[in-house]
Parts: sequence; C-alpha cells; structure tokens
Amino acid sequence: MHKLWASTYKEILLLIRDFGGLVILFVMPLVLIITITLIQDSTFKTVNDTKIPILIVDQDKGVISETILSDLKASESFEIILEKDEADAKELVFKGDYQLAIVIPENLSIDLTKKIDQNVEGILAKFGIEEEEVKQVQELTKKEVMLFFDPATQQAFKTSVKNGIDKMISKIETAAVYKAFQQQLTDDASEVIFETDSFISFKEIMPVKNDKELVPNSVQHNVPAWTLFAIFFIIVPLSINIVKEKSQGTFVRLRTNPVSYATVLGGKTIVYLTVCLLQFVFMLLIGVYLFPELGLPRLDIANRLPMLLLVTVFSGLAAIGLGLLLGTVAKTQEQSAPFGATFVVILAAMGGVWVPVFAMPKVMQALSNLSPMNWGLNAYYDVFLRNVTFVEIVPEISLLLLFFISTTLIAIVYNEKKNAV
Amino acid sequence: MIEIQQLSKKYKDAESFSVSNLDLSIAEGEIFGLLGPNGAGKTTLISMLCSLIKPTSGNFLIDGLTYKKSKNQLKKIIGIVPQEYALYNSLTATENLIYFGSMYDIKGKLLKEQIALALKNLGLEKFANKKIGTFSGGMKRRVNLIASILHQPKVLFLDEPTVGVDVQSKNVIIEHLKELNRKGTTIIYTSHHLNEAEHFCTRVGIIDHGSIISLGKPKELIQGFAEANNLEDVFITLTGKALRDHA
Repeated sequence: MHKLWASTYKEILLLIRDFGGLVILFVMPLVLIITITLIQDSTFKTVNDTKIPILIVDQDKGVISETILSDLKASESFEIILEKDEADAKELVFKGDYQLAIVIPENLSIDLTKKIDQNVEGILAKFGIEEEEVKQVQELTKKEVMLFFDPATQQAFKTSVKNGIDKMISKIETAAVYKAFQQQLTDDASEVIFETDSFISFKEIMPVKNDKELVPNSVQHNVPAWTLFAIFFIIVPLSINIVKEKSQGTFVRLRTNPVSYATVLGGKTIVYLTVCLLQFVFMLLIGVYLFPELGLPRLDIANRLPMLLLVTVFSGLAAIGLGLLLGTVAKTQEQSAPFGATFVVILAAMGGVWVPVFAMPKVMQALSNLSPMNWGLNAYYDVFLRNVTFVEIVPEISLLLLFFISTTLIAIVYNEKKNAV
Repeated sequence: MIEIQQLSKKYKDAESFSVSNLDLSIAEGEIFGLLGPNGAGKTTLISMLCSLIKPTSGNFLIDGLTYKKSKNQLKKIIGIVPQEYALYNSLTATENLIYFGSMYDIKGKLLKEQIALALKNLGLEKFANKKIGTFSGGMKRRVNLIASILHQPKVLFLDEPTVGVDVQSKNVIIEHLKELNRKGTTIIYTSHHLNEAEHFCTRVGIIDHGSIISLGKPKELIQGFAEANNLEDVFITLTGKALRDHA
C-alpha cells in the first residue's frame, strides 16, 4: 500500500509540474466541447439565428413561386437572394459561393392550374356532375423545379432541402386540387366544401421524469459524446508518460526495485482516473453555467449526478487501460502519441460519436459493438436522455470494467514476458 | 557473496554470445572492477546479475539467493547505479529519493533522515529541494548513487558511475563508495577509467568477448606483465589497440 501511495504521489507531482500538459488535459476538452456544441446547436434549434443564403431564380412569377418563397422565408432558415439568370445562379453555386439555387420554371403556376383543372373536369364528367362539355385536353409539358447544390454540400443537407421542397410542392398541388373542385362545385367562394387542414398530424412523445418531458437538445447530446471523446484522449498523455519512463531510465531502476509493475501502473491509474473525473466535472460545470451564457440550452443533470459519475469512472478506467497497454507496448513517443490520437478518433467514429450507430452500414454497426466508446456513449445516453435506472447501465459499465481489466492484464503480462528474468 | 557459474547470454539475432560460459566468485567486502572495451560484455553481465535480463544459460547466486527462485528477495539486497541518470527531472532530489526509497518500503522519519544524511555526505544538502532538471551531470550522478543505496544494499552494482563528471564529483563519489565498502557493502563496478579502477578496486577482472581473460589484484596484474607500468598497459596488452566500435 505504501508503494502504491508513493507511486500515486509521484504521478501527481509529475503531472502538476508539467503545466503545459496540465493545460492541455483540462482546457482542450473544454474548448472542444464548447466549439462542437456551438456548431451543432443549430441542428437542434427550431428557430435558428443563422440563415443560409440561397439563390432563387423565379421564372414562374406566379402563385407557386410566391408560395415557395414565402414558405422558405417563413422557415427562417434561409436568406433568399433573387437571381434573374439560371446560368449565373448555377455558376455561383458550382463555384461554392452559395450552397443552393432553386430554379422555378416558367409558367409553373399557370400550367399546374391548367393540369389540375383538366383532371378535375375529367373526374366530374365521369360522375355526370360537369354540366358543360369537357374541353379539349391540352397536352402540357411536365415541369421541373431545378435544384443546384454546391458539390461540397453534405448529403444530409441535400436530402433535407429536397424533402422540404417536395413537401412544399405537394402542399401547393393539394391546395390547387381542392381549389379546382371548390370552383367546379359551387359558385359561392365563401362556401366551405372541403376541410383543407391536415387530418393527420405528428406528435413526438418524449420520456417523462417527474411529470416533465425530457426534451433532448444539442447540449444533452454533445456533452456526453464529446466528454467521452476527451476522456479517451487521456491515453495519449498516459502512454507518453510510460514511454518517457522507459526512455529516461527510471523504468530500468524500477525494474531493479522490489516493486511490481501492477503497483507502478496502479499509481498511474489512480491519478489519471482522478484527472478523468475532474475533466468531467469541469465539463458539467461548463454545461450548466457557461452554456446558457452562450445562448445554448442548460445541461440538465438533475438527479443524474451519481450515475453520471459512475459511468465516468468506468469510461475513464477503460481509457486508462488502453493507455497503459499502449504505453507498455510502444517503444517511443513517436509511436505512442500518433497511434493513440488516431486510435481514439477511430474508436469515437466506431462508437457513434459523429455518426449515429443506426445510420452506419451493417458491418460497422457490428464493429461498433466492440468499441468501448460505444459502451460508454450508450451508458451516458441512457442516463442523460433515456432516464434509466442503475440496473439498466450495468451491462455497459461491466463491459467497460472488463475492458480495463483485460487491457491492464495484457500490459502486465506483456511487460513480464518482455522483461522475463 | 557472488557465485557465477557457466553464465551465458546470447541476444536474439546476435551472431555471438555477449557473455560466454563465465565463472566468477566475488567475496563479501570486495570492490570488484569489471573492466573491458566497448561491447566486451560488462553491462550484459551486470544486467543479468541485477535481474534486468535473462541469462541464456548458467546460474548465479548472490548471498545464497538465486534469481530463479528468490527474485524479489534478491532485489532487496542489491543496489544498482545505472549508466543513465534514472531520475525524474521535474522532481526535486528529495522527491526522487523519497519515491525510490519507498519502493524498498522505507518510510517516514527513517527515510527522511537517511536521505538528509546521504545528501549531506555527497555535498548536496543545499540542493535537496531543487529539481533534478537543474542539476549538473556530476550532481545527477551523486543523486543517482544515493537513490541506489538508501536501502543499504549488501551488494552494489555500479555501471560506469563516474562517466562524464568533474574531478571533484568523481572524488566525492569514490570516497563515498569506499565508505560504504568499509561498512560492509560489496561493490561491483564497471568503468573505462582504468587509473580510477587501479586505485579503487581490491580486485579486477578484465573481460573481452564475453569471457574473463584476466583476474586478480591490480598490482598483481601489473606485475604479471614485464612492460606494464599500470593497469592501462595491462589492458591494452590483453585487449589490443584495435577500435571496438559496435552498434
């Protein structure tokens, strides 16, 4: 016990004497979480202050283009810039000056009205309601609303815009159909024949805690994901710490001392786990107190703190186990630092920090189950967003603990084998 | 105190043995100098005796203990002063020594007293609370030595303990080692400073190509070669003048 305490105290001294390293350990994760949350907040906000400038080429000048324009304005997501020439708009978008141009073709409103009128008249004639003789059917060319996207635009944005425009056009078409029937069936414009409001609507049901809906927001999503990312980055300084001991000769001295490698690693584990917990506490404080000042939602940790700390302890242990193994196996800092950093990014990607696991290809979904960051992230989401009890996070924290035990044991066995005497 | 029997070491992928069927006895209270050109096998032999590397074959006993059965016990009775400084640069001399002393289960007041005394004996008491990173090479060598003797080992191995230090530091180190030896510590020492070894060691062994090629008291060895005036002459006669660069 005395040796473990001495090892722990030595690690504390080494850490606090490296001011630059300490700043990196504590400040960088905070900078990361603030930056990412600010950037991603717009995805979650229903009312967005940031408007994306888009070009509209209105060749229609009719009801449809007016409706599209007013709907786009009403969405408050876009800043509408009218452009006269289709070729100019196309060039500006393909050069990357704008992300999107919408070209509304000439006579779209007139032709749509004609087409619907023809269809309605045809239907009514079939029922014998149409009094007059059905007019000669005029051949109308199909119309296309053209969308130009900046080639660098992400697919998710494209899909979302296309769906939005599609929905707008469907709505306009439906309204036009209703209007045509109304005109055919009654001369009194004030008479309501059709209820045009949507019959089917959506309601998202949220988890409830203490009669209060738990509405997810960017902060509740980002804090756990990026906290975990920061926690796992501890493998970089930890592995460097071990490699440094080997290169400066202190490890050789320790090998001649009557102390086990497990005790040496134990001291490091205690100190770096404390660092993980402190990092987490700082991130919570940022989420609770700083985020509202930045216009972001406040991080809600009500009644969750003990479980959050528990998940952090086990996530931290998993990260530390990996760091101990990497530091033991690596021969130089040039090996451990880039490998550690890259490996964390890979684990984060596999774990669903950037792209949700459900959106991944099947192979990657299967592989994500092997990432300790996936276990940690699920445990955090369980606590932050799913309002679960302790029993429900037991599988995830057990996996994290098992990972720590396995990696540490491998490190100890590897060290023993390598230095077997 | 030390009995080495047919000890050999061949590194993986090496063409020849670094230490080959070496037999040697070192008595309690000796200051034994292990001398040899670069690559002769000095460090390999000491590393095996300190349980840092595994012998390919053979065995050795230190105070009746064998590394195969009593590794931990063995570690408690030996001290090693490595070639490297083997200290934490961002810790002070005292912090380094508290840490390494604790690894031998020395604690509390006893540890602090031993550290203070050793620092005083080696002229470092004024620098006790200064970081090792600010120390000169000679000062680091002295702290390196203290870190290896806090537990009062029965056998002390020193791998070139005076390399790269000034004359004053060298004298302090040698005098302190003599004092330790007077108190009963057996010393095994490697060095390229043959003049230093001639005056410091009670017995020397010249090692080359992994084998002891000459063994005896310095004066006896010098007398054994008619044209030799000192240990360096003996050394050159036995090992030749050819360069021994190796990578």
